[in-house]
Amino acid sequence: MELTMMMYIIPAMIMFGCGVYGFITRRNMIAILISLELMLNAVDINFAVFNRFLFPGQMEGMFFSLFAIGLAAAETALAIAIVINVYRAVRNVDIRQLTKMKF
Amino acid sequence: MESLGSIIAYFIIAIAIIVFSVLAVTSGKILRAATYLLFVLFATAGIYFQIGYEFLGAVQIAVYAGGIMVLFVFSILLTHKPGANAPRLANHKRWLGLSAALLGAGVCLYSLLSYGSFMMQKMPDNFSIDIHSIGQALLSTDKFGYLLPFEAISILLLACIIGGVVIARKR
Repeated sequence: MELTMMMYIIPAMIMFGCGVYGFITRRNMIAILISLELMLNAVDINFAVFNRFLFPGQMEGMFFSLFAIGLAAAETALAIAIVINVYRAVRNVDIRQLTKMKF
Repeated sequence: MESLGSIIAYFIIAIAIIVFSVLAVTSGKILRAATYLLFVLFATAGIYFQIGYEFLGAVQIAVYAGGIMVLFVFSILLTHKPGANAPRLANHKRWLGLSAALLGAGVCLYSLLSYGSFMMQKMPDNFSIDIHSIGQALLSTDKFGYLLPFEAISILLLACIIGGVVIARKR
């Protein structure tokens, strides 16, 4: 039995599907952020796997994953700052209660 | 032909990814969802180690499992009441989410399968990527150099630090 490229793509695809499902169905802001991290992580796996299987002599996919991890860290820090600020304003992180920001 | 150990390791990692990512979006408690996300991130680092990107796996563990999970746990404990009587997370619009996820996964699977045997190729051998070449590529200005994105992401991180302080400060 051989480990083919498909066998690494399929778990990443399922992870991305779970992220989409959670992003639509969750109502808590931090839970939405967790789903977002799942989606970003699935994309990182795809970059690394395509790089390793198709162009093993180069490093483009690995650097894409590396920079995507850095961007995800920055984005999460800012999003959590916003969540804490929202919690301080309305004492809640439920998106149904966040109608004040609409105009 | 891979050794039996790597195939067993692959199946453990794949099943962990599938099970824990489903649990992370369906669990009713937010702290448990964050813990399942941590397991998914560790399994992803396992995939990186298995296909030979040790540096990427180390960064994944250090940044994701180390930094981002600490941020998540801190923010959860700052904004939620812990304990047994914490309000459960409710999922709404289940059918919309399920149909969007299944539709997207179906389109992806169809396009992957339409490539046929191209997707079934196995891992090329004689692969080695050392930390020296990673460092050279990260700081070179040649054709395959990454100095500009490296500097751009450092400015982005600085902007994020300032933005985080400005947003979250007490007024």
